[in-house]
Amino acid sequence: MTEKLGIVTAASLEKGVDVRLDAPVSVEDMVVGRYVTIEGRQRRFFGMITDVRLGVTDERLSVSPPDIADPFIAEVLTGTSTFGQIHVTPMLTIGGDAASILEGPQPVKTIPAHFSAVNLASEEDIERVFGKEDKERFFIGNPLDMETKLCLNLEEFVKRSNGIFGKSGTGKTFLTRILLIGMLQKSRAVNLIFDMHNEYGWSGTHEGGAPVKGLKQLFADRVAVFTLDEESSRRRKVSTDFVVKIGLSEITPEDIAILRATLNLTDLAVEAAYQLRKNFGRDWIRQVLDLSEEELEEPLKAGNIHESSFQSLKRGLGTIGRLGFVVPETKDDAVKNILDFLQQGRNVVLEFGRYQEISAYLLVANLLSRRIYARYQQQTEEATAADNEAMKPRPLVITIEEAHKFLNPEVADKTIFGTIAREMRKYNVSLLVIDQRPSGISEEVMSQMGTKITCLLDNERDIDSVLAGVSGKNELKAVLSRLAPQRQALIFGHAVPMPVAFQPREYGSAQSYKDFMPAGRTEAGQTEEDIEKLWE
Amino acid sequence: MQSNKIAEVIEASTAEFTAQCYELYELPPLGSLVKTGDIYGIVGHAETAGLEPGRKPIARGKEETSEEGVYQSSPQLLKLLRSEFTAAVSGYEDGDKIRQHLPPQPARIHGFVYLCQPDEVKNFSQSFGFLNILINTALPTSTEELIAAALRQMSLAHEDSRAFLVAGGKELANLLSNDFVRLKNILGRLQ
Repeated sequence: MTEKLGIVTAASLEKGVDVRLDAPVSVEDMVVGRYVTIEGRQRRFFGMITDVRLGVTDERLSVSPPDIADPFIAEVLTGTSTFGQIHVTPMLTIGGDAASILEGPQPVKTIPAHFSAVNLASEEDIERVFGKEDKERFFIGNPLDMETKLCLNLEEFVKRSNGIFGKSGTGKTFLTRILLIGMLQKSRAVNLIFDMHNEYGWSGTHEGGAPVKGLKQLFADRVAVFTLDEESSRRRKVSTDFVVKIGLSEITPEDIAILRATLNLTDLAVEAAYQLRKNFGRDWIRQVLDLSEEELEEPLKAGNIHESSFQSLKRGLGTIGRLGFVVPETKDDAVKNILDFLQQGRNVVLEFGRYQEISAYLLVANLLSRRIYARYQQQTEEATAADNEAMKPRPLVITIEEAHKFLNPEVADKTIFGTIAREMRKYNVSLLVIDQRPSGISEEVMSQMGTKITCLLDNERDIDSVLAGVSGKNELKAVLSRLAPQRQALIFGHAVPMPVAFQPREYGSAQSYKDFMPAGRTEAGQTEEDIEKLWE
Repeated sequence: MQSNKIAEVIEASTAEFTAQCYELYELPPLGSLVKTGDIYGIVGHAETAGLEPGRKPIARGKEETSEEGVYQSSPQLLKLLRSEFTAAVSGYEDGDKIRQHLPPQPARIHGFVYLCQPDEVKNFSQSFGFLNILINTALPTSTEELIAAALRQMSLAHEDSRAFLVAGGKELANLLSNDFVRLKNILGRLQ
């Protein structure tokens, strides 16, 4: 069922298509972000409404408007002398011949002819463009004002690093949870989630509502919860699989360099860290913290380290040393454990418990990721050398929050995440970046992101940085800045054929949990029961 | 189904014809649809004057108590005065179809003129092609007045006269898209 809206009256490939609305179509029913199809002579165009306007045939009408008290005059003029106009940005075309239908939607390279009919996109149209829910495509939500299921090809999605953006409280976490479930179900990739606020593993919070279930509650056999803070996890009744401890000797000067801003270190202090590492070897931090000033005098002199730099560094290292999860020596190798789980295809959520300060998050996420990445790099290279695809490690997606702290221009080239974002899939590791301040992320990293999903943003710089390099940027800007403050998002980039504003699917009700279970999975009911029991 | 003839064509051209009424003052209303032969016209101008163009009537009622008395005491007046109207040609019958554009031939002199009945008016006003003809007529009456009168007259033949006027108004709005003042004047006269 299609609904005719109007006809094309003007168009330019660069600026988009102007559509004059038919008289019965109310301009108030047109909202930016909705999809329309344009029936050209030889091809169909898919586009998005990006502007809505009122038009008059005679300028004098706006200068001396008629007496609107008379309903007759208003009725006559509506749709004739005064009319609604929409501006459509064409995104895709489907050619009329059989070959092009098989080829599927293509990026738009031309414009529809004059007076081509414009219809609201039907459910089938949307399905044709975005595909049906299948073994690779995951239902993430509904396009605005539509019932159609919007499906995302997750196999494609995980091939690149991706970003989820939005102001605080716009639903980034919900969206991320949905995507993580999608990846868990529909792609080969495994996830490593650095869960700063303990939102993903066991249960999460819902603004002003009951807690929602986390990944482990829904997919116990596919998700492992690691924790940095056993006590907090126990208090929250989370069944954890492993307690992560970081040995002082595992921390390298590179890790300290990233923490420069958060620990308030000087450049010279960071330089001193490298010197001291060279001097003392792996155990350098303990030496710095434990040795007396007399004992340190010599190495300081040798390394040409100034006293104030050293004190600054020592203070910083002291802060790290006081973190509860940092121990002088670790018995278990956290990285090895994480890798084991990942290789078994189990997703790992690392909870930070009460250690929610950014320095702890930066330190741990960077330290673990660096070592995991190194391992992946090694395995991939071995597989390449042996020319054996099967030896390649499982694709890994690392989820980080507060990404601008890792990926800002200052530290992006120092953190492992900068490297992962740039080197993309070379070593089967990609990022899922969650951030509320995308303008803080280095441009280079932003430009390498495959798919971006963004909830409402209202800072001009944030909007610009998210939309940088996207065709039809100005039009999308209008859509983005008009998203509802909650539960609406815009997705564009590699994994979707065209940008689409959508409402993420429901998450949080018993029915929604059931819907996430793959159809026909008999134990779904069982899982539900188990979960209910756990809540008691 | 045609009513009695009301007038006879005394002047005809492609775009208009003038007819003289058989009875003094029995003029069809402004904007009404009339027909002579297979040609339709919309009454756009009417006048009553002396038979001889050079001779003006003189005032005769000084001693009379009523206007009617003037005519009673001078019965010759009914023969010396005549009522005439001019209709803008706005369509013609082509077989069983009504064409709303100018006919190939003008009306015939001495052709009888009939006032169209509601059924015929309704049939004629199914489309609004005549509006464009009226917009471009060169009758002494202003075209705004003429168009408004024609639409008002025709609306009487429709059950839902308001809907008819709205539809006509919309058509006018399209025709006069670049002249809102004129459009506003006509619309203001439609009710």
